Amino acid sequence: MTDLSHTFSAAADKPLLQVKNLTKSYGARIGCADISFDVYPGEVLGIVGESGSGKSTLLSCLAGHMRPDQGEVIFETANGARDTVQMGEAERRRLARTDWAYVHQNPRDGLRMGVSAGGNVGERLMAIGARHYGGIRDKAIDWLGRVEIDAGRVDDRPSAFSGGMQQRLQIARNLVTAPRLVFMDEPTGGLDVSVQARLLDLLRGLVREMGLSAIIVTHDLAVVRLLADRLMVMKGGHVVEAGLTDQVLDDPQHEYTQLLVSSVLQV
Amino acid sequence: MTDQAYNFAYLDEDTKRMIRRAILKGVAVPGYQVPFASREMPMPYGWGTGGVQVTAACLAPDDVLKVIDQGADDTTNAVSIRKFFVATAGVAVTEATADATIIQTRHRIPEAVLTAGQILVYQVPIPEPLRFLEPRETETRKMHELEEYGLMHVKLYEDIAKHGQIATSYAYPVRVEGRYVMDPSPIPKFDNPKLSGSAALQLFGAGREQRIYAVPPFTHVVSLDFDDHPFSPSKANHACDLCASNISYLDEVITDDQGGRMFVCSDTDYCASRRAAGHVGALGAPMATEKAAE
Repeated sequence: MTDLSHTFSAAADKPLLQVKNLTKSYGARIGCADISFDVYPGEVLGIVGESGSGKSTLLSCLAGHMRPDQGEVIFETANGARDTVQMGEAERRRLARTDWAYVHQNPRDGLRMGVSAGGNVGERLMAIGARHYGGIRDKAIDWLGRVEIDAGRVDDRPSAFSGGMQQRLQIARNLVTAPRLVFMDEPTGGLDVSVQARLLDLLRGLVREMGLSAIIVTHDLAVVRLLADRLMVMKGGHVVEAGLTDQVLDDPQHEYTQLLVSSVLQV
Repeated sequence: MTDQAYNFAYLDEDTKRMIRRAILKGVAVPGYQVPFASREMPMPYGWGTGGVQVTAACLAPDDVLKVIDQGADDTTNAVSIRKFFVATAGVAVTEATADATIIQTRHRIPEAVLTAGQILVYQVPIPEPLRFLEPRETETRKMHELEEYGLMHVKLYEDIAKHGQIATSYAYPVRVEGRYVMDPSPIPKFDNPKLSGSAALQLFGAGREQRIYAVPPFTHVVSLDFDDHPFSPSKANHACDLCASNISYLDEVITDDQGGRMFVCSDTDYCASRRAAGHVGALGAPMATEKAAE
């Protein structure tokens, strides 16, 4: 267990998300165990580790897709700090479509493939009560522009889009309601490197511009180097090392982190 | 033979009791889809097995039954269901909307204004308005529970994006008493305004999907729309060619293969009673001369 709150002293405000002793096991097997950390407003936290290290379990528990066995996930809502594990499902789902966003690894999981790009972006707006077609459409077109999709594609279905465009559309769909915390599960997985670079550039711009907090799960160290302020390294369901991204990557202390950093292929 | 062969109105008393409990629950929670143990009926799914079960549970020996299919009293579906209840319940039947106490309908609401004491029973193929957008039943139930109805507007958004207007012309989704979003069965959206504030009890039965729901008398029913694309009931821009009514819902009938067509009221009882009162449409003959020709 590593408490990271002391490593981030720059932020004077209250943390946006506090995770305390979060544990989730699948029967006798550990998913993730005894994890605690804070995320401050505007901060991007990267979570890296090998397959099966519990990163996705942790993200699912944070986003409310899975119920943790123990621990608290305290989110600073508009009406004060609330434990999202204990709150009712209606309220949690309301958070999930207003203050939170979740970017899936596979855009097919996060998009409605039978609905046009504009409808996909507009769905979150309509879910929180927008009832003006022109307004919804203008906002959808604006957001397609911000993720570099041509406005002429607004009525095309995502199935007619390339993988990189689908992922950018998913990001637009998630950010249109101006969430405060974005969960991303391998946002660049399955994309070729040039598309990855463009997507990362876009993401970095949006995160900085909107002042988003984000939790990014990935196994790609280059992604966290580019996006994340802080880094947690997971192995076997535990956090083995945590700290500022550059510090962890440049001077890894734990043997697993050293292995991870030295395994990156050089071109 | 009928007396010994069937219980009154075909279904056994326990089944009717079970269906009545579902109906009462539906009336208590307007627009909520109540699950019920739908029975196999001696007709195929899609022919009104749900409506027939609801009608059977509501029928009393002194009821007068009217059955319509797309507004017409004389189509196959309407005739066979009417015969079914004549054989199994021995109730009086009528084609006159005003005389009926129970009206079973497929895809229309009669033109004549329904009155207190009447029951309108709809045959419903797919009761879940969100089904084509969200295939998971667990998820749609959760959406109804938590009033998450944004998705319904996504369908209307897609309509406008594709066609420039809300092109959904039947099974147009409505919100009942500010709570449940409901599929009014495949009635044309022309009929949607008649759902709201009706003096009659409206019951919906879906046999294959095993759901019953209800709109009690004088319930507020609103058709969903956008602020800048308001709901508008639509009909063919024409008058009935038989009775000259220009306020009723019309069917387009192809009369030959040279492009000949005529528009007639889909509600046959409404059309016939107007013709009996002396109204004559562009292609119609006065009813008296038609009778004389026979």
